[in-house]
Amino acid sequence: MFVSIIQDIGITSLVSGGLALILVIAQRYLNDYGDCKIDINGKRLITLKGGSSLLNALSENQIFIPSACGGKGSCGTCKCQVLEGGGPLLPTEKPLLTTKEMTGNVRLACQIKVKSDVRIHIPESIFNIRRFQGVVSKIEDYTYDIKGVIITLTEPETIDFKAGQYVQLETPIYAKVRQKVGRAYSISSDPGNDRQIQLIIRYVPEGICTTWVHQYLNEGDQISFTGPYGDFFIRDTSADMIFVAGGSGKAPIKSILEYLSRVGTTRRMRYLFGARTCKDLYLTGEMHAFEQVFDDFEYIPVLSKPCPEENWQGRIGYVMPVFPELITDPANTEAYLCGSPAMIESVKKALIELGVPKDRIYYDSFG
Amino acid sequence: MDINAFILFWAAIFTSNILLTNFLGMCSYLSISREVESSFGLGMAVFFVLTVTAGLNWVIYYHILVPFDLIYLQFIVFIIVIAAFVQLLEMLIERFTPALYYTLGIFLPLITVNCAIFGVSLFLVIRKYSFIQSVAYGAGSGIGWLLAILMLAGIRNRLKEKMIPQGLQGAGISLIVTGIMALAFIGFSGIVIVQ
Repeated sequence: MFVSIIQDIGITSLVSGGLALILVIAQRYLNDYGDCKIDINGKRLITLKGGSSLLNALSENQIFIPSACGGKGSCGTCKCQVLEGGGPLLPTEKPLLTTKEMTGNVRLACQIKVKSDVRIHIPESIFNIRRFQGVVSKIEDYTYDIKGVIITLTEPETIDFKAGQYVQLETPIYAKVRQKVGRAYSISSDPGNDRQIQLIIRYVPEGICTTWVHQYLNEGDQISFTGPYGDFFIRDTSADMIFVAGGSGKAPIKSILEYLSRVGTTRRMRYLFGARTCKDLYLTGEMHAFEQVFDDFEYIPVLSKPCPEENWQGRIGYVMPVFPELITDPANTEAYLCGSPAMIESVKKALIELGVPKDRIYYDSFG
Repeated sequence: MDINAFILFWAAIFTSNILLTNFLGMCSYLSISREVESSFGLGMAVFFVLTVTAGLNWVIYYHILVPFDLIYLQFIVFIIVIAAFVQLLEMLIERFTPALYYTLGIFLPLITVNCAIFGVSLFLVIRKYSFIQSVAYGAGSGIGWLLAILMLAGIRNRLKEKMIPQGLQGAGISLIVTGIMALAFIGFSGIVIVQ
C-alpha cells in the first residue's frame, strides 16, 4: 500500500518533472536572442542580451520609462515610439493606443520583447529620470486620511524637477504584500529645494502603497523612488490661470504655487479646491497666504456636503458652477486640473463649454 | 476498435465533429469567432495541438500509466502534458516563425484550457484507439473544430448587418446558429460509426 503510493507519486512527479525540464531547456535555448542593440534617439546605444521586455531592458540601463502597473499591460503609461525592431502591433496593446498613436509607431514598452536590434525615440526629459534613495524625515497628518511625507534625498543628493511633475514611489515587501509595486505621486514641494521632496498621499482602503505609507512607514525609514515624470507643469505664457484640485490633487498645485511665489508672477490666478466636508480641507491657511504674495490670486475651497455643525461660511456645491464667475477671459485662460478621472472629465467638459481652448487644459489624473 | 485510420480522420471532421456533435471547446469557439482571420488562427493552433497531444497522450497512457497502474491519474497527467506542450509550442513558434506567433498571439495559451483537446485525449482512451487511429482522430477533430469555428465566424460576419433582437445579440444568436449547424451535420451521421 505504502510502496504503491510512493511509486504513484514518484511516477507522476517524474512525468511532470521531465516535462518541466524540457521546458526549462527549451526556454534556455529558444529564448536566447544573442546580443541586441537598442538605439535611443540616435544618441545612446545600449547593448544587452535579448529576450526581456523593452521596459525592463531600459530600466536595467537606468532609463526609466514611466509605468504605473509594473509591466502588466493594463495602464498604458509606458508608451514610447519604436521606429524599428518592435514587430507587429500586439492584441494586448491595441486597446490602450489611439489610431494616431498606432500610425505614429507608438507602442507599449512593457509588451514588446527585445529580440533584434531596436531603434526607439523617447522624450529627452526621460534621460533625466533616475532612481533615488532617501530617508523619510517627516510625516504630517493633514486630514484623517491625507498625510504629507517629506523625503530627504541621500543617493543622489539632489533632484532636478519642474513644479507639477510626479515621482513613482517603490513599496517594499511588507506584511501580506509579497510583491514590490510602484505608485505615482505628485511632488508637492518647491523645486527650489532640490535636496528634499514632499508628497501628499491619501489613504485608499486596500491600496498597497497608501496602506504602507499610512500604517507602516515611519520617520527615519529608507525609501526609494524614480522620477521625475510627467508634463503637468506651468506653461510660460501670460495667460490667466485657473487651478482645480480635489483631495490629494492639491500636491502639484502647491508645488507650482510655491515655485511661482519664488520666481514671481503677475498673471491672474484662481485656485478652486473641491472637497466633501470641512474634515477634508487642509493647508487652508497656507493657500490663503498666497493671496498676499501674488498680485492677483484667490483660493476658493468649495464643499459639496458640509455638515450643519461645521458652520461652513464658504461656497457649497461642486466647482463647475463657480467657473463663469472666476474665468473672465476664457479664450485667454490656461486650466490646470488635478484629481480623480471622473472629476477631471466633468471639469474639462465644463471648461470647454465655457470657451477655454481644449489644448490649454492641462491635467494630472490619478486613478 | 477496428476502423481504418483514414476513415476515422474523415469521420472526426464530419460525422462526429467534436464541436457540433459533442459540443466541446465551446468557450473559445464563442468568444473568438467574431473575425474570420482570428478564428482561422485559433483553429489552426487547435488543429496542431490536438494532433500532437493525441499522439503524446496515447504514448503516455499506454506506456506509462497502464504499466504502472496509474490510470486513475489520467486526467491530471493529460492536462499537464497539454499545458507543457502548448508552452513548448509557443516558445518554438515565437522563435522560428515570429509572423505566425503574432497572428496566433494570445490564442495559443488559451488552447491549454480548451476542452476539445482534453476531450479527444479522453475519447481515444475510452474508445481504445491505436496510436495511428488516435493521431488520425486528433487531426480530424482539429480540422473539424477549425471548420466549425470558420463557419460560425463567416455567419457572424454576415449577421453584423442584420437586425437581431437585442436579447439575442452576441452569444445568444451564436448558440442558435451553432444549433442549426449541428442539425445540418446530423445529415452526415450514420455513414460511419466511430464509437
